[in-house]
Amino acid sequence: MNESPDHWLVRPTTIRRLWQVFAAVLAAVVLAQLFIKVKGYFVIDGWLGFGAWFGFLSCLVMVVVAKLLGPPLKRSVDYYTSRDND
Amino acid sequence: MIDLLPPAVVLIVAAALIGPLKGSLRTAVLFAAPLITLWMIWQVPDGANATVPFLDYRLEVVEGSAVRRLFATIFAIMVFVGGLFAYRTAKWFELAAAYAYAAGAIGVCFAGDLITLFLFWEFMALFSTVVVWCGGTPAARRAGIRYAIMHLLGGVILKVGIEGIVVHTGSIQIQPLLATNFDSWMILIGILLNAAAPPVSAWLADAYPESTPTGSVVLSAFTTKTAVLALILLFPGEPVLIGIGLYMVMYGIIYALLENDIRRILAYSVVNQVGFMVCAIGIGTEMAINGAAAHAFAHIIYKALLFMSAGVVVYRTGMNKCTEVGGLFRTMPLTALCGIVGALAISGFPLTSGFTTKTMISQAAADEGLAFVYLMLAAASAGVFLHAGIKFPWFVFFQKDSGLRPKDAPWNMAIAMVVFATLCILIGVFPEPFYRFLPYEVTYEAYTAGKVLFYLQLLLFSGLAFFLLLPLMKRTDTISLDTDWLWRVGLVRIVRLLRRGLASAGAAIGSAARRVLDEAAGFARYCLGADRRVTDGERGFFARSWPIGLTALWIAILLSAYVLIYYLGQ
Repeated sequence: MNESPDHWLVRPTTIRRLWQVFAAVLAAVVLAQLFIKVKGYFVIDGWLGFGAWFGFLSCLVMVVVAKLLGPPLKRSVDYYTSRDND
Repeated sequence: MIDLLPPAVVLIVAAALIGPLKGSLRTAVLFAAPLITLWMIWQVPDGANATVPFLDYRLEVVEGSAVRRLFATIFAIMVFVGGLFAYRTAKWFELAAAYAYAAGAIGVCFAGDLITLFLFWEFMALFSTVVVWCGGTPAARRAGIRYAIMHLLGGVILKVGIEGIVVHTGSIQIQPLLATNFDSWMILIGILLNAAAPPVSAWLADAYPESTPTGSVVLSAFTTKTAVLALILLFPGEPVLIGIGLYMVMYGIIYALLENDIRRILAYSVVNQVGFMVCAIGIGTEMAINGAAAHAFAHIIYKALLFMSAGVVVYRTGMNKCTEVGGLFRTMPLTALCGIVGALAISGFPLTSGFTTKTMISQAAADEGLAFVYLMLAAASAGVFLHAGIKFPWFVFFQKDSGLRPKDAPWNMAIAMVVFATLCILIGVFPEPFYRFLPYEVTYEAYTAGKVLFYLQLLLFSGLAFFLLLPLMKRTDTISLDTDWLWRVGLVRIVRLLRRGLASAGAAIGSAARRVLDEAAGFARYCLGADRRVTDGERGFFARSWPIGLTALWIAILLSAYVLIYYLGQ
């Protein structure tokens, strides 16, 4: 195994290529719907690219909700132990 | 009478033997016991097979059915592969506790009546607590105590429900119920507590990551899935479970997104995945119950695989947090690969077991016209890919290079991971043979072009969202408050407040009493004149103090006089 920091998988050129492949795959799975019918059980889920934008937006909402919940919920790792030692 | 030995007995005997036996004999027991158990599981025919009289009841210790055998089978497989993963590093008492814990789970699988179910339920609670304690750290000890309190409380609630059912119906049979009265609600709450349902989901993420790297693998499999089986047997089609399941699904995602501890991320995703199953049981159709059972089976495999992958990282690096690791794929390629397979499976990626099982649940929701449930489950599938599918392997094996160069998994751990990774793919690629073991006949077709395309869109764009939103998901070395804050801090504060309140009330009453006494003394002085110290000689006859011997003498004289007078009076 190559242990140098520039392992082929983390080289900028590889990462750029991975992004290009990823973008192509993303486009392909949306455009494939022009040829393959996705059964819509509730009308909207049969729309073109529904899975794509619904998946993306769902993740966006979850990340934003988690981000907003961070300040009220996050505490230092010794939050409970320092209390136990009170 | 007993005409069939309960399969759980083999593991109980094995658990008892693990301590006294040493070396290859112990290893032989560790591997033979789950295999014999597995064989016995498949000898259990449908219906009640072993009845034992107890008080006025007949306990059905071994009742067979397709769904019971399915759960028991995956539990036995889990013991075998988990044993292989753990046997070279785990202490003997951890292995013994784990085997006893698994025996409890298999006992629950075949429990034909509520009393037997309860006994094995408590057996599980007892030995799973020991597995948590085997973590060996002060944090593990504290988490174990909290875990035990929660599960014993759940046991009491379950017991109240069972007593109620027995008193009001006279039956101890396990049969489908609906949460319509106090008794059935108590049983439902008792079971849901073990499923890590709200508002007490926190016990799972609190306790599991504190166990050893091998302990968390075992813990991930049994407690929540026996609860799923109990729900399938007792509450299929209970509508309240749909809402509870959806909450668990979202709770798991959000908390996993906030989390930094590797194994705690996986623990939250257990809650998330059990949420899918609970929701399916709430839908309650044959397709939904098949989906719940199949998903539980697949989940035990990929979740154990993920915990194994994380466990190897913790074992090799001694580090638990995303912020401490990264870039480990360089020297741990096999662990990384197996972790990725587990992560793809939990995300329900096509060609993995998650796809062929989880999509049955979504299909059941669609078939019932439950649009909201269907869309929430789709969103949750995207969220699973986000929080576990990419997040776990990305932060542990890729992201920044932590500079750590640990060795890959020891051979036994590697084999265990490869076995489970292979199973994830086999169930994903060839689902039909697996579907034959489900409780109802399967008419579901997992692979249609449209469905695969829909899930590829959903998951791949979730992947895009992950990488675009990475700046928002920066890891912080923190923990997240949960409802357990209420009793870990809130309750302590209330007790302290009460103690302080009572103390100041006591002090106020004391000073008031002193004031009253002072006033009374002042009044007495006013009436009787000022007091002064007097010597014993100055006191009156009866005010003097007398030696104790003199008092004893007088008592003896008076008693003798009394006896004499009594005798004379006869």
